[in-house]
Amino acid sequence: MIHIRLKQQLAAFTLDLDLTLPARGISAIVGPSGSGKTTLLRCIAGLERAEQAFIEVNGHCWQDSQRGLWLAPHKRALGYVFQEASLFDHLNVQANLNYGRHRSAEPASDQQATQIIELLGIAQLLQRSTSGLSGGERQRVGIARALLANPRLLLLDEPLTALDPQRKADILPYLERLHAELDMPLLYVSHSPDEVARLADHLVLLDNGTLRASGPLQTLLPRLDLPMAHSDDARSVLHGQVSACDDRYQLLELTLDGSPLQLRLPHSALPLGQRVRVAVQARDVSLALEKPQHSSVLNQLPAHIEAIEPGSHPAQALVRLALGDNVLLARLTRYSVDQLQLQPGLPVWVQIKAVALFD
Amino acid sequence: MRLPLLFATACCISISHPALAGEVQVAVAANFTAPMQDIAKAFEQDTGHRVIAAFGSTGQLYAQISHGAPFEVFLAADDTTPARAESDGLAVSGSRFTYATGALALWSADAGLISDGAQLLRSGNFEHLAIANPKTAPYGLAATQVMQQLGLTQALAPKLVEGQSIGQTYQFVASGNAEVGFVALSQVSRDGEITSGSAWQVPAALYQPIRQDAVLLNTGADNDAAAALLDYLKGEQAAAVISRYGYGH
Amino acid sequence: MSLPLDSADLAAIWLTLKLASLTTLVLLLIGTPLAWWLAHTRSRLKGPISALVALPLVLPPTVLGFYLLVALGPHGPIGALTQQLGLGTLAFSFSGLVIGSVCYSMPFVVQPIQNAFESIGKRPLEVAATLGASPLDRFFTVALPLARPGIITASVLGFAHTLGEFGVVLMIGGNIPERTRVVSVQIFNHVEAMDYASAHWLAGGVLICSFVILLLLNRRGRLTVMPGARR
Repeated sequence: MIHIRLKQQLAAFTLDLDLTLPARGISAIVGPSGSGKTTLLRCIAGLERAEQAFIEVNGHCWQDSQRGLWLAPHKRALGYVFQEASLFDHLNVQANLNYGRHRSAEPASDQQATQIIELLGIAQLLQRSTSGLSGGERQRVGIARALLANPRLLLLDEPLTALDPQRKADILPYLERLHAELDMPLLYVSHSPDEVARLADHLVLLDNGTLRASGPLQTLLPRLDLPMAHSDDARSVLHGQVSACDDRYQLLELTLDGSPLQLRLPHSALPLGQRVRVAVQARDVSLALEKPQHSSVLNQLPAHIEAIEPGSHPAQALVRLALGDNVLLARLTRYSVDQLQLQPGLPVWVQIKAVALFD
Repeated sequence: MRLPLLFATACCISISHPALAGEVQVAVAANFTAPMQDIAKAFEQDTGHRVIAAFGSTGQLYAQISHGAPFEVFLAADDTTPARAESDGLAVSGSRFTYATGALALWSADAGLISDGAQLLRSGNFEHLAIANPKTAPYGLAATQVMQQLGLTQALAPKLVEGQSIGQTYQFVASGNAEVGFVALSQVSRDGEITSGSAWQVPAALYQPIRQDAVLLNTGADNDAAAALLDYLKGEQAAAVISRYGYGH
Repeated sequence: MSLPLDSADLAAIWLTLKLASLTTLVLLLIGTPLAWWLAHTRSRLKGPISALVALPLVLPPTVLGFYLLVALGPHGPIGALTQQLGLGTLAFSFSGLVIGSVCYSMPFVVQPIQNAFESIGKRPLEVAATLGASPLDRFFTVALPLARPGIITASVLGFAHTLGEFGVVLMIGGNIPERTRVVSVQIFNHVEAMDYASAHWLAGGVLICSFVILLLLNRRGRLTVMPGARR
């Protein structure tokens, strides 16, 4: 587990947190600009020295102000990927990669190193000078450089923000592969709901230096008391595994965790049993009181209404639904809510018009 | 009505009288700075002329003069430079004369160091002996003559440090970086008394007289004030000032 | 055609080159840490120390030379120290000239290096820290290599500026052949002695030498700014 307790006076507010994060997987840190996300990462890394802090990562204590313990950044086994890939321009790619690896107490083995270099697709860049690299390549080298030191914790501060959408799309799959194949915890500061939906397991929501919420992604996203549910592209994330492939129609069938319910979506074949996550936009979900007949919508599933709240626009309402163990968010007009006399506890049929799959 | 008008006219005339008086630009060797300031003050009071004096090393002043600096009178620290000015056609021939004769002193900032200067030089009981650059400064040349006369040229050579001017030489000794040095007597004495430290007035027999010559430059040939200043330097009042500062006249 | 330079001139040239080289070396050794400190400190002393380093830019060298003469003398602080250490006083010695030149050329070395360190910014050093590099390690493996263009500029400027040093040497040197009589003093001697031909040869040499150094520096500067030309 990762334990972080921090109290640090900043110019605009006080960063005051008590946070426990899972020992592995990606924890996304989100919140408005200036809510203290970067400062939190810098305090964890020791780049900023918080007045009062307790920082422990999987049993290794890095800072405990009560005991007067403070490890300098270079003594903390961590990797830090900054917004702009700060490669050392006086070194070539290989030397950049070696920089952290040669200084690490437990560096990545040769086999791991090869794997990381393969994973990030930079094998052909090793002898290149850093000045000729594209933004996406630079960032991949930066991530590999941090990983090759084999850190106990990887901190990523908006690593994709400086990239254009195409480069972002290029690099996201690499991050997903990291997530799937590496065993180290990642703290990932992001502004992008899309990145968060694709990558995060755990979500930390900061507001003005305090912790607004912290928990698994799929429970936090649809919470109606949190701002994510009210954003224009509010979405729910569902987990499941591949249970069938239809070659003829190029459709994939997923069985959702904790329920017999199945989702179908257009996608090329995947191995049976592979775990996947899908995201469903709240605006793509509609409700019916009875099972719709003769509809073109692929996915029609039975669900229960858990809660209804006004949406951000006066015409709209947000409806939280239980779909087996999963939670789904729907954005309807208030008119429809009144017409159908929707209320918590009511069984309904959901129709899902689009599903995005992250493999 | 008439009387005030007459009075006002008289005033105008009397006020404008100093404007009729001349102005003279003098280039003065640095070692003669203090006496020149006194002399200039007295000269201005007595004649109503104004003196504009520039002080510097003789070599630099000569370089400036030969490149058209507007000096009218040149008071050098030696006799060769004014002679050269004359032969180079920069000065009015026949105007050259010795306005002061420099005296050499062996001086130390340490009041107890020098009782018998020649004895001290022979003992070599010091690390540095400061002299002015003998190639450029007459006092430096005189210092080498003294050492030669005493037969100490070889013995003292490793201890020599050279100031570019006699003023800088004085500085080396005053700051203690050189324990002793040959300086101008005018730098360390007033009215026949050594002002600080200890000194040995070098007997005149040990070196060629250090003649400081003045010359009227071509630019001042038609300037009454320049001629007046040269006359004044030859006079009694100037002589008194000059000897008070430790020069011969 | 033979150069109208005598052995004293040649000795002065050799001494000048020796002085400029040694001064540059000493300045790099003490100027680099000083520049590093100035680039990173938040201390209140930063302002006064920066001003002190920059003083030789505006002070007449003779002022610096005069105070050095006093400070190096037996009653001055440096003189007292060197005497206690058994070194005697340093005026009129080559070591004294090196000390004087180091003070005199200090801003020409410290400022380019400080600018280079400042333009690197904190980020590469933070990256190095998170990759396990200790402060000293970061300094040698990241800061110094990245500041290399600034350090080269600083060395060249320090060298060239010391070549042309005059006022300080004049004040503390004592015009001793092969020890303190550098080219600029020798030129002065020639001028004073009205030997303008020799003065021209030496002065022209210094002029051309300084011009060529600055020209090379300029070309290098352009090259390093050009993208991709670094490697």
